[in-house]
Amino acid sequence: MNPRLADAFELLPEYLGWHVLLSLSALLLGLAISLPLAVAAARSPRLRWPTLALASLIQTIPSIALLALFYPLLLALSALSAGLTGHGFSALGFLPSLLALTLYSVLPILRNGVAGITGVDPAISEAADGVGMTPGQKLTQVELPLAAPVIMAGVRTAAVWTIGAATLSTPVGQTSLGNYIFAGLQTENWVFVLFGCAASAVLALAADQLLGLVETGVRLRRRSLVAAGLVGLLAGSAATLAPLASFGGHAAYTVGAKNFSEQYILAELMAGRLEKAGASVSRKEDLGSAVAYRALAAGELDVYVDYSGTLWTNVLGRTDNPGRKAVLDQLTAELKRRDGVLVLGSLGFENAYAFVMRPDRAQALGVASLADLAREAPRLKLGSDLEFLSRPEWKAVDGAYGFNFRSERSYQPTFMYRALASGDADVISAFSSDGRIAADKLVVLTDPKGAIPPYDAVILLSPKAAKDHRLVEALRPLVGAVPVEAMRSANYSVDRDSGKSTPAEAARALEQAIAAN
Amino acid sequence: MAALIIELAGVSRRYGGHLALDGVSLSVGEGEFVALVGGSGSGKTTLLKTINGLVRPDAGRATVAGEDVGAAEPHRLRRRIGYAFQEVGLFPHLTVAENIAVTPRLLGWEKGRIAARVTELLALVALPAEVAARPPSALSGGQRQRVGVARALAAEPRIMLLDEPFGALDPLTRDALGAEYRALHERLGLTTIMVTHDMTEAVLLADRIVVLKAGRILADGAPAELLSHAADPDVRALLEAPKRQAERLRERLGA
Repeated sequence: MNPRLADAFELLPEYLGWHVLLSLSALLLGLAISLPLAVAAARSPRLRWPTLALASLIQTIPSIALLALFYPLLLALSALSAGLTGHGFSALGFLPSLLALTLYSVLPILRNGVAGITGVDPAISEAADGVGMTPGQKLTQVELPLAAPVIMAGVRTAAVWTIGAATLSTPVGQTSLGNYIFAGLQTENWVFVLFGCAASAVLALAADQLLGLVETGVRLRRRSLVAAGLVGLLAGSAATLAPLASFGGHAAYTVGAKNFSEQYILAELMAGRLEKAGASVSRKEDLGSAVAYRALAAGELDVYVDYSGTLWTNVLGRTDNPGRKAVLDQLTAELKRRDGVLVLGSLGFENAYAFVMRPDRAQALGVASLADLAREAPRLKLGSDLEFLSRPEWKAVDGAYGFNFRSERSYQPTFMYRALASGDADVISAFSSDGRIAADKLVVLTDPKGAIPPYDAVILLSPKAAKDHRLVEALRPLVGAVPVEAMRSANYSVDRDSGKSTPAEAARALEQAIAAN
Repeated sequence: MAALIIELAGVSRRYGGHLALDGVSLSVGEGEFVALVGGSGSGKTTLLKTINGLVRPDAGRATVAGEDVGAAEPHRLRRRIGYAFQEVGLFPHLTVAENIAVTPRLLGWEKGRIAARVTELLALVALPAEVAARPPSALSGGQRQRVGVARALAAEPRIMLLDEPFGALDPLTRDALGAEYRALHERLGLTTIMVTHDMTEAVLLADRIVVLKAGRILADGAPAELLSHAADPDVRALLEAPKRQAERLRERLGA
């Protein structure tokens, strides 16, 4: 078997188990909310319009945004709960995903529920009153049985949507089949991307078919079909959830990673060290930049790697640049004071934003620095990653040089390099530790005004982890131990088109390179 | 007159701008067969529904067997009053037997008694025993109407309310069902109030005819009495219609 496919299959029980647990919980919770709501809305025309309008409105929010919105909301609630009761809860991972997907599943069930109940023949409804049923008996013995096929059709739609949208829970730290897709997209592991899509599609189809069996059974009033569908659903859920029990033990440490190759590799590097020290480790990958820091400060991550310039501008809100060492020193003091977060130290390399161009293009235009670039900008197309153009760093650089590009477009990091190669972008905001810069012989433009802050890769520990002797001792040897060349070659081994390594393999190679030094 | 079982006193009901019932008072004695007649919109169905609380009057009061309908729990009241209407409203997800058994089941009868009652009722409304296990969709229109009447009779009510129960049937079936129901009414000692727009049916089946127009009672009496004494020309015309029809039929068929 293809080794990538073998890797994918190895991860399947865990990813699939979480995906099923998440979708199933969201669907059951959605059912518990939307059915009573549908009954109330069917009874009261005054309630019907606002309820359906609200559910439709929620549906128009892109699912990934809905997931992202729940994180800060839960974080605030958790802080409130911690303040009031002394017990917070995790705002990352399962809970925000569950809530967002639940909201997402409400509309189809609600809409079909209302349609099913209001669609009951008025003569039958009158007969139910006439024979002496109470409103409750009428609901359970007449209206719900008659509306059941329509409601089941809504449940089917909700199941398919929920299973599909559950892949988007990866960026808020919930393991799902989306992990294949997000990680695969970042590391150009198309086998992973396809595997994730296929697995989620197969799961959705299977759930849809089994629910379809239940729906047909309900419609034809054939108990055997309903039972067969339900048994199939139960057996499928049990089989996919069983492997989770073996992952059930709470890991001692949680290592976080943002959404690019270097982060995956460094997370694996740290996880490997912690595991060697005898600790169990869980990983939360593909986190958004702001999500990762807040999760660490809230103690939901124990450790992750961030960059001094990012923290300087985004967390501390600074726009000045007092120099590499001053930034690091002030950052260490300030994060400790504000959030109790410990900057364990710099890994020894920088991963700064670097404006790079293809050598032929740079030479033809005579561009070697950002000042030259500003001069040529009106004729050039800028490509950036998804975050850069909305980050303070870009505002600082733009303010310093006064760029006026012909166009500015955002790409996934992977596609940003492709855009540069194909000429869709003339200049991109790359990362200085990226192996592709050297491999593609790209030209890094100089920053004569010093507008780009320094980006030392630093290990950040949560307030709790900072006091954990075992964790600190396992990770301290990494401080100053990773030269930029080693990081670049590790990154390149994951990012290159052929003979790719997995992040874990790259981390093992990096560990050996560190040990050899 | 026998003991009063249904009393309506000054009952009014308005739907938007339309006054469906305008201060109607009516007393029905036990064992009577009353037909409510009148054109569409005359208020006859609304009047019928105030008796089992399907319609709540805006003013006035309905009393059934000494109990104030407005104060009673509606579902308890309805379990004691049989109700059958033109659309029948059989529950499509239940078999014929289950449909008939609904009210006895709600009343908590034991299984054996319910089963015996279903068999008895199928015979009473002249339906073959094998339809019991079928869904309503497998029956003809006339059979469905019979099941509707059987369901209304199931819990042994003393009062039956019928809203054009034999409408939408072919004339032969309609005639036969009407006559059969009248026989049941006698045999079981029921009090029946039937809404119909068909004067012939009213004259043939009822002991007493109540004519409604625009939410008021225009005339009230035995068919023959109304025909001879009614002051209102509308009522006379209404009552003479079946007679004229019968005479024309005799002429044309030369009988």
